[in-house]
Amino acid sequence: MIKKINNHPKSLRKIPTHYCAGCGHGLAHRLIAEVVDELGIREKVIAIAPVGCAVVAYDYWDFDCSEAAHGRALAVATAIKRVRPDNIVFTYQGDGDLAAIGTNETIHAANRGENLTVIFINNAVYGMTGGQMAPTTLLQQKTATTPKGRDQKLHGYPLKISEILALLPGVKYIERVSLHSPQEITKAKRAIKQAFTNQIEGLGFSLVEVLSSCPTYWGLSPNQALSWMREVMVKEFPLGRIK
Amino acid sequence: MANKKILISGNEAIAEGALAAGCSFYAGYPITPQNEIIAYMASQMPERGGVFVQAESELAAINMVFGASATGARAMTSSSSPGISLKQEGISYLAGAQLPAVIVNIMRAGPGLGNIWPAQSDYFQATRSGGHGDYHCIVLAFASVQEAYDMMQLAFDLADKYRNPVIILGDGLLGQMMEPIVAKRISPIVYRSNKQKKWALTGCKGRKPNIIRSLYMSQDALEKSNFSLQAKYQKIKKSEERYEGWFLDDAKIILVAHGSMARIAKGAVKALRDKGKRIGLIRPITLWPFPAKIFRQLVMENKKLTFLAVEMSFGQMVEDVRLSVNGKVPVKFFGRSGGAVLTAEEIIREVNKLE
Repeated sequence: MIKKINNHPKSLRKIPTHYCAGCGHGLAHRLIAEVVDELGIREKVIAIAPVGCAVVAYDYWDFDCSEAAHGRALAVATAIKRVRPDNIVFTYQGDGDLAAIGTNETIHAANRGENLTVIFINNAVYGMTGGQMAPTTLLQQKTATTPKGRDQKLHGYPLKISEILALLPGVKYIERVSLHSPQEITKAKRAIKQAFTNQIEGLGFSLVEVLSSCPTYWGLSPNQALSWMREVMVKEFPLGRIK
Repeated sequence: MANKKILISGNEAIAEGALAAGCSFYAGYPITPQNEIIAYMASQMPERGGVFVQAESELAAINMVFGASATGARAMTSSSSPGISLKQEGISYLAGAQLPAVIVNIMRAGPGLGNIWPAQSDYFQATRSGGHGDYHCIVLAFASVQEAYDMMQLAFDLADKYRNPVIILGDGLLGQMMEPIVAKRISPIVYRSNKQKKWALTGCKGRKPNIIRSLYMSQDALEKSNFSLQAKYQKIKKSEERYEGWFLDDAKIILVAHGSMARIAKGAVKALRDKGKRIGLIRPITLWPFPAKIFRQLVMENKKLTFLAVEMSFGQMVEDVRLSVNGKVPVKFFGRSGGAVLTAEEIIREVNKLE
């Protein structure tokens, strides 16, 4: 007999997403929705959507959301949480948003120890704009703006923003997870739940870096993309608790 | 509430006026000549139950204001010209998302780093929407410390009424000068919760989720949103023009000046009136919407008028005077820049050249 053990999360609307086949955003959205449901905080959550492919995340999540200008999500979130400390405030940001244009906001919100949750989607590329180099693009990785591959002499190295943030005394918790297999997805959900629980308990700045696939701009099939994450990406961005 | 008389600088009056108006969130980044505002807020905001954040940049400050406003709080930031340039992106987002906020610009001389002396050369930036897209901020200009204090109440009320950013445009001279004012007795901020602000982000308990957005993917949806912005701007234009008129009844020459230039121009008008000259003054209080109606009315009544716009710039507000009179009478300009402040004597010399 088939037994139903999991329901569609209440915090996630039952509509198809606009994401490409094999994209990690849909999964990440769902994990957040499941965690929000399990913690019973849907009516208290205020989310900050990024600029990038996931800007319309508020079409999918069923709770209060604000947009933020590119890179400024943590400034917006800081104010929301300071004005309404009883709400649960999180940002959902890509690598360009959090680690290029918004590096200043990221470092200072973390350094102030803002009691916030950050879900940081690292897919090593700019998706929305057509696959340009991201701060987290791997060496030799080909993108629209590194047609011969990322060369450290010209473009610098993949930026390990999570490791940098871990140095700051204001930061409570940082973990890097990946969405390349069911086991890793389970771990990712556990980390996301931890990051929200920390905020509920008032423990301070918590960030989960989620390695996520972008088959379209990696030039790979969805399956190949998962293999690339497992075999290549996690070597550059090792998984596990960073702080 | 009992009032009290205090001696205070223009910058401090802005901060005190904001607190009296129920501002419960301030974020800012230091820049001269408006540092008294951020210092006043740092000491007084937490005392009275509000939130003060020293932001890591002007960009962060304006986006913190965006966040605070999204929750329904009365929120403001302040800066001076170069810092206000940095805030323009955020102001465009506030306008697009229809979020109320108050942004104070105590102008210094530009372009670039310029210097810290007073100027009025950000008039275009303030009144023409300094950021990208079709939008307007309501722009208010004060000319005394008392008016700075009182104007903060008006600014927050207009911002909430129209769900629109409001810019207070002053200059370094007005920010730094001290004058006695009558202020409300210091009291804790009344946090104006979002009972009236049904759109605010508070968590979706008992209602559908609220979204704060300026993104509309389709052309139709964005144009529709922009039409509703334009309808709002027309309403503001119709109802919110404000100005102070001085000796307009029999004037043949009318000076037009705002902010501290208007005070200096008043000195010139007084001296010239004493000599029997039929001269008057219009001091626009709303720079956007520009008080065009009074100009049109005066020109209709008297075809022989001459206007002389005086500004601490090389001519910005004068364009609004020209648009308002639409070529029907001469509009002259006199101004200085780089931090130079026109004197009444210089204005008098310029007026005497007109005849």
